[in-house]
Amino acid sequence: MKSYSLPDFLIERDDSRCIRCRVCERQCGWNVHSYDAEEDKMVHNEQDCAGCQRCAVFCPTKALIVRPHPYGYRPNANWTKDYLSDLKKQAETGSILLTGMGNDKSFPIYWDHLVLNASQVTNPSIDPLREPMELRTYLGRKPDRIEVLEDGTLKTVLAPQIKLETPILFSAMSYGAISFQAMESLARAATEFGTMFNTGEGGLPRSLRKYGKNAVVQCASGRFGVDLEYLNTGAVVEIKIGQGAKPGIGGHLPGKKVTDAISETRMIPAGTDALSPAPHHDIYSIEDLSMLIHALKEATNYEKPISVKIAAVHNAAAIASGIVRAGADIVAIDGLRGSTGAAPKSIRDNVGIPIELALAAVDTRLRQEGIRNQASIIAAGGFRCSSDIVKAIALGADAVYIGTPALIAMGCTVCQKCYSGICNWGICTTNPYLSKRLNPNIASRRLTNLLNAWSHEMKEMLGGMGVNAIESLRGNRLHLRGVGLQEWELEVLGVRGAGR
Amino acid sequence: MQSKKNERLANPYNDDKVIAACSLFGCLDITGRNFSGEGVVQAIANMHNRGNGLGGGFAVYGLYPEHKDHYAFHIMYQSRDVKAETDVFLEEHFDIIEDEEMPTKHHHPITNPPLLWRYFLLPRTEPEFHDNHVVDKVLEINKESKGAYVFSSGKNMGVFKGVGYPEDIARFFKLDDYKGYLWTAHGRFPTNTPGWWGGAHPFNLLDWTVVHNGEISSYGINRRYLEAHGYPCTLQTDTEVMAYAVDLLMRKHRLPVETACKIFAPPFWSQIDQMGPEEQNMYRTIRQVYPSLLMNGPFTVIIARHGEMLGLTDRIRLRPLTAATRGNLLYLSSEEAAIRLISPDLDRVWTPNGGEPIIGRVGAQARAQPAEGPFTEVRRK
Amino acid sequence: MVRSGSGEVGQSLFEIDAKGLPYVDLNAKVRAAAASGAKKIILQNVCGQRYIGTRVYPYGPVEIEVYGTPGNDLGAFIDGHRITVYGNAQDGTGNTMNSGEIVVHGRAGDILGMSMRGGEIYVRDSVGYRVGIHMKEFGSKCPVLVIGGTAQDFLGEYAAGGIVILLGLHQDSTSPEHKMNFVGTGMHGGTLYIRGELRPQQLGKQVTISEVDEQDQQTLDRYISKYAAHFNLPKKQLADSGNFKKIQPTTKRPYGHLYTH
Repeated sequence: MKSYSLPDFLIERDDSRCIRCRVCERQCGWNVHSYDAEEDKMVHNEQDCAGCQRCAVFCPTKALIVRPHPYGYRPNANWTKDYLSDLKKQAETGSILLTGMGNDKSFPIYWDHLVLNASQVTNPSIDPLREPMELRTYLGRKPDRIEVLEDGTLKTVLAPQIKLETPILFSAMSYGAISFQAMESLARAATEFGTMFNTGEGGLPRSLRKYGKNAVVQCASGRFGVDLEYLNTGAVVEIKIGQGAKPGIGGHLPGKKVTDAISETRMIPAGTDALSPAPHHDIYSIEDLSMLIHALKEATNYEKPISVKIAAVHNAAAIASGIVRAGADIVAIDGLRGSTGAAPKSIRDNVGIPIELALAAVDTRLRQEGIRNQASIIAAGGFRCSSDIVKAIALGADAVYIGTPALIAMGCTVCQKCYSGICNWGICTTNPYLSKRLNPNIASRRLTNLLNAWSHEMKEMLGGMGVNAIESLRGNRLHLRGVGLQEWELEVLGVRGAGR
Repeated sequence: MQSKKNERLANPYNDDKVIAACSLFGCLDITGRNFSGEGVVQAIANMHNRGNGLGGGFAVYGLYPEHKDHYAFHIMYQSRDVKAETDVFLEEHFDIIEDEEMPTKHHHPITNPPLLWRYFLLPRTEPEFHDNHVVDKVLEINKESKGAYVFSSGKNMGVFKGVGYPEDIARFFKLDDYKGYLWTAHGRFPTNTPGWWGGAHPFNLLDWTVVHNGEISSYGINRRYLEAHGYPCTLQTDTEVMAYAVDLLMRKHRLPVETACKIFAPPFWSQIDQMGPEEQNMYRTIRQVYPSLLMNGPFTVIIARHGEMLGLTDRIRLRPLTAATRGNLLYLSSEEAAIRLISPDLDRVWTPNGGEPIIGRVGAQARAQPAEGPFTEVRRK
Repeated sequence: MVRSGSGEVGQSLFEIDAKGLPYVDLNAKVRAAAASGAKKIILQNVCGQRYIGTRVYPYGPVEIEVYGTPGNDLGAFIDGHRITVYGNAQDGTGNTMNSGEIVVHGRAGDILGMSMRGGEIYVRDSVGYRVGIHMKEFGSKCPVLVIGGTAQDFLGEYAAGGIVILLGLHQDSTSPEHKMNFVGTGMHGGTLYIRGELRPQQLGKQVTISEVDEQDQQTLDRYISKYAAHFNLPKKQLADSGNFKKIQPTTKRPYGHLYTH
């Protein structure tokens, strides 16, 4: 059927700069650029251009500009170009719209309505460059109190804890959704910096098991790659219930990305869509979650903290409380703007609630119930910079997961085509020609640089507030004020309006 | 702080719904002979891991033979003042034949129980309006009164429940002292509250009791429908909704229990399309008239009333239920092991299909599965 | 060493009385026994204890005999152990099992063999809902479920591999009736062999039913012989496999056209 869709991007080539080196042609997995030998000219067909900017970045003479296509239908506040294009595609295929990355709609971003405090006169700020400043964080269940024996020695033995040098972990990104090289880069950066990467639900390739001490290994509804060796390799086992980008539905790795290597780790036929069921079929109720938590504790001889990751949904506070009571040591909450390798657009853009509100509600509820110490909270979904993270910790998070920022550090431009199997940056692809462009030596360096930079910035902000340990900020909402928020929003966030 | 909250009779947070999950057990002697609940307590305790100690309870039928014509009210009070107010209300609408503080035993894990009072009552209305009168007054107290909650209101039956593991609740209420011919039991795992006495199961109205496992995802519309039909829902629980739905369908609409079950868990349209014309018409009409009472999402319930015990799961059996018989006894349980603990040798044991009720009646055989059920043992040829 | 209510019977044979033991304690004893070199562990008076066998890692493989009614998730994740249950098993038996063997002298509940990766499970009688859901397979590693009777709805749902055999012995008939619906929904790998009546309406949309061929016959013979040996039943009658039907995914990518972008 003839497609009535217009291209999303316009490519402008400055022919006077073009040296016919054909880099753009080789770099583009979408086959947008080609060389016309007769005319000795580079030509392009922008219909398939994803706007990933790979050609523009790698063009040695900067001859290329790729920008949103000015083609437009008659302007209409209701029928925007997005709605028209999507609808036409569906009329042509009868299919569900698939997309990648996080919600790109203009929902309120509460980070931008929260401001931080700093010390002036009455208490001193601290200079983090020359004075001690601690970001070290331990995740895991803590008891209500400690017991000391008569001889002064400690009687209490803590449940398993994991140590982070900075309260930032890499989000779950599965082998198959991302390339081997991308996973290796994350694993190496986490190991070098003293934090964790997360395997996602696609198992852990054998050659990366040496990074197990810095791995959160996931057990999702598809149980891909889950066996006792895998579970005991990781430092934390995480039960993935939901994901911010697609609450209520399962994982979906398109068949195009299921190569032989992926087929082996996931134990499914090559070329098939790797579908994780929407629920875990051994969890239909909270006592079943408790059963799986304890199954994993048995499987790891009670040596690892068990995390449960949920999408932020309406009743997140009540659900998190149930998860803690079910025995989880860590609760991870992934917000509305969390990313994905593939999700139906209708779900990604419409289901779930912003992480800021969910995090505040969960932390508040767990404190009201006196069980906040029983589990650590990891917030996820929508962090863009170090100050977002500082604000999350002030709202009550112990640590945060970053996914999109890590991808961007490696080269991602958030073109949202992760589901296609084509990623010109070598990150979200299993095509060996594309994935080998991502050099783990360089990518892991870019990642540690990011962790370094953000950690430094966080220390600066902590110092400004006059505290030199991250725990003095954790849940300390007095260091936050709201700007431009309504009463109910301030109430959910548990912060005062600025000036109050 | 926490113990104070435990005193509460109602949902302490303003959640749109309370989420809880559980273990269930039920046992009926089809000859109607009373027996001690010792085994039932052991069985539910064997499923300790399914609960979290924030709710346990029992329903016992046939325990007040000396008051079999009186409505037995069990009421929880937050304070003596509330009791005094409620007593005035009760005296206005009922003849109080007898009343007393419920016998309880101080038992360690049970902290800060409310004041628990038992009344035997006769409504001040014509006999044919007795049931309606009781329902009206119970709902009125439970809706209007801050700090009084009627948790049992049937004749010759009673509910005993509270915050704690069921085995502790049993000791607290001295259940050893009671006998009944039908027992149901519940161990609760609420997800979002420190537990509150009113929210424990069984839930009761008249002699109906419901114990429930799962979370009914259609709760919002089930509740709105029932509220529009005169049942104010005060507890934000699935169980309350289920109990009112049973009362509406079976008492007010006079439908047989089998039909009620098909309203809660109807066949899929694809299955209905394959039925004969008469059956098709029946199920199509059920789904057209009672769409708001389809209980969607995972559930297992054990519903009981005098002379009858019913087990039902949702139509794709997302929650477990095992049935078994031994002599005159019909057992229903979340797990087979709980039944085996108290009755190692069983005549039959099986797991019913989703949406297919297991019904036990006094004076009848446990009616459930065709003779060639799926769990007949393999023959040794 | 294992203490209280349990004892070292022989050099490698241990017996543990599970009566009244919470699962955490029971499984710790089983682990300790395996760590101390047990080859066979007999568990008496089991009643509802979960995860039997799961904690025996990285020890073994061991042989575990269970007398009574084990709780949910029996043999979850196990790698190489052999578990025999003299009684019925509950829900979640063999959950995400990697290798080994589970033999149930009775019936088993829901999600038997869920996400199973390898090994074999034999159930003498019938089984519950969603049995064999999302079983896996790769290369020579192929999990096998053999069930004597019948199953309830959603048998083999999401299967990505593996073999499920339903012998249909719950009825005295060469073509016994099965009542389950939604068989093989979403299947994209693996094979179900079912002896007995099954109408097309009982199948999921993603599967095709066909006759067994020579190679299937060999597969069936192999596993039926093992079933017969486990439960001491005459193989000859069981092996009358003329009435077996084979159910396989129509395509390995059933949802390939579900999405656009």
